[in-house]
Amino acid sequence: MKSKSKEPKPISEFQLALNNFKRNRLAHFCVYLLLALYGMAVFADFLSPYSFENESRQYSYSPPTPIHIIHEGKMTAPFVYGIEFHYDENRKRVFEMDKTQKFPIQLFQTGDEYKLFGVIPCRYHFFGVPEPGRMYLMGADSRGRDLFSRILYGARVSLSIGLIGVLISFSIGLLVGGIAGYYGGGIDNILMRICEMFMLVPGFYLLLALRAAVPDDFNSVQVYFAIVIILSFIGWASLARIIRGMCLSLREREYVLAAKAIGLSDLAIILKHILPHTLSYSIFAVMLSIPGYILGESALSLIGLGIQDPYASWGNLLSDAMSIVRIKFAPWILWPAFFIFLTVICFNIIGDALRDSLDPMLKKAA
Amino acid sequence: MFSYILKRSLVAIPMLLGISLLTFILMRLSPGNFLDTIRLDPQISEETVDHYKTLYQLDKPVLWQFVHWIKNLLKGELGYSFYFNVPVSRIISDRLFNTFILSFASFLITWLIAIPLGIAAALHRNKFMDRVIQFFSYVCLSLPSFFLAMVFLFLASQTGILPLGGMYSPRFDDLNLLGKATDLFLHLVIPALALSLGGIASLQRIMRGNMLEVLGQQYILSARAKGLPENRVVYSHALRNAINPLITLLGYEFSALLSGAALIEIICSWPGLGSLMLTAVRSKDIYLVMANMLLGGVLFIIGNLLADILLAKVDPRIRYEK
Repeated sequence: MKSKSKEPKPISEFQLALNNFKRNRLAHFCVYLLLALYGMAVFADFLSPYSFENESRQYSYSPPTPIHIIHEGKMTAPFVYGIEFHYDENRKRVFEMDKTQKFPIQLFQTGDEYKLFGVIPCRYHFFGVPEPGRMYLMGADSRGRDLFSRILYGARVSLSIGLIGVLISFSIGLLVGGIAGYYGGGIDNILMRICEMFMLVPGFYLLLALRAAVPDDFNSVQVYFAIVIILSFIGWASLARIIRGMCLSLREREYVLAAKAIGLSDLAIILKHILPHTLSYSIFAVMLSIPGYILGESALSLIGLGIQDPYASWGNLLSDAMSIVRIKFAPWILWPAFFIFLTVICFNIIGDALRDSLDPMLKKAA
Repeated sequence: MFSYILKRSLVAIPMLLGISLLTFILMRLSPGNFLDTIRLDPQISEETVDHYKTLYQLDKPVLWQFVHWIKNLLKGELGYSFYFNVPVSRIISDRLFNTFILSFASFLITWLIAIPLGIAAALHRNKFMDRVIQFFSYVCLSLPSFFLAMVFLFLASQTGILPLGGMYSPRFDDLNLLGKATDLFLHLVIPALALSLGGIASLQRIMRGNMLEVLGQQYILSARAKGLPENRVVYSHALRNAINPLITLLGYEFSALLSGAALIEIICSWPGLGSLMLTAVRSKDIYLVMANMLLGGVLFIIGNLLADILLAKVDPRIRYEK
């Protein structure tokens, strides 16, 4: 039976926070931007005109291909001209447009084969130009691979490392912090000293030492997971300390006593009754710590200790720009940095907005 | 105060031991070792390799080697760098000085710019100036420092006004004292700036938050009510209380600086501890890695201790002894 009273429904605290969050239009926009970026990563093989390995070395560092709509004074569908090059006096390639060749940009162009969602074999790309035409939206890298395609593929690595890394380190951090805060005393003391041990040395030094212990014969997938685990290994300690502080006060609450009286196990009390109260803190802490993982992976890949060529990540794409002179001749190799920046700023803005909107809840929990 | 310092140092020892042991095990786990590296050098005879083997007890189990390292450490010996072919202590002290210069410069820039910016932003809360400062903070906070370093180096290469990486010019030794200082300063600009921008942004935000919180306190209201000029209210009553919590950050900042400096050092080829650590880890130079790690930990502890002592000095409410 439905009640007919017109009383407004009581709003849960979470709903309240969500309403607060929605009022922040900038943060709202960032959510959509991030969703788009993650969508790009998921559909990278469909959205990119080429596969990440598709190279044609004669087009090494070819500049971004301009897209035209006017051919010989007449308006046509978007197309690109062929790419032509000659060597200048320094034996450096100078690229020009070959106006005699015209390649229309076609939707659902067939190209390199890939497996959609990892299972369905497919040859269709969202857009592309027919062979032998070549389209470099964001220019080409040293081996003439399409930087735009590689950025899309790189997004898979760079964006997922943040999520998986945060998942691992927050699971450890919450559990350790919860146990330390709940039991207190000797256990707390030992666990906190271990945490401090990890916070004692500069994170980057620890990162390098951990990376050194990774066997040389790991394949790219194993290296990827090794990097995720290394990054989470460094991140959990500071979170555990904060959660422990919250749990110290939470365990004194009456409902914890009640749960004990019913005879719930300690682990159940920690997982079901104490940790959920640290959720509001954890939510924005997650958002604000994801950039750390993305930057950590970029930093490792940048100095050649991360994802290895031919696989792409934003960090290893950017390592091309480590030799500064190259930036002058091929400034487009800085594009990956723009994507890193975009992702990081989105997470920062969303994290801040979440903190502001969760604030009333936060004050109660702490 | 003395007993407090002593207690803190004693607590730190087991943690330093723990992290050293972890590093040691990690380095021994890592494929290949430094003896393999020096064996490749035709100038080094098999006898020398064997000599090292017995000297560092490398034929013994890993744990025993670690105990041996600790014993030597207590005697004040940090071991030998196989890569650089000199005792570790000699490289470390040079590099420590270089990293210190870079960190200190960046630290000065950060605090000297961030504190006034934070105050200004708090005083003009939600006005145009605050908005502009907050906008740039977001941008600087989200720009990776390594990217900033790259862009700065690129701009320097285009304009030629600043040297491209390194710490000294080739003609450094011929310069007089003033010339040396200028040369060092010019080399310092790019890495220090790249290292500072993110720090300025985050410190500025913390300062703004603290300042806003203090300005909302009752004693500020009473200071205004008794007719104090606004300048005195802000700078002598509010500011001191808003800055105190930042001092605790100072210690952590120090360690974060070392970590952040490492990457910048590598990109700008600044011969500091961070770039040394990369070389050491890559060449499996285990004693160099150990010393570097230990030094990082010790610096962190010292930084935190100094911050605590400073806090007790400026804030009479804080006492470490009963």
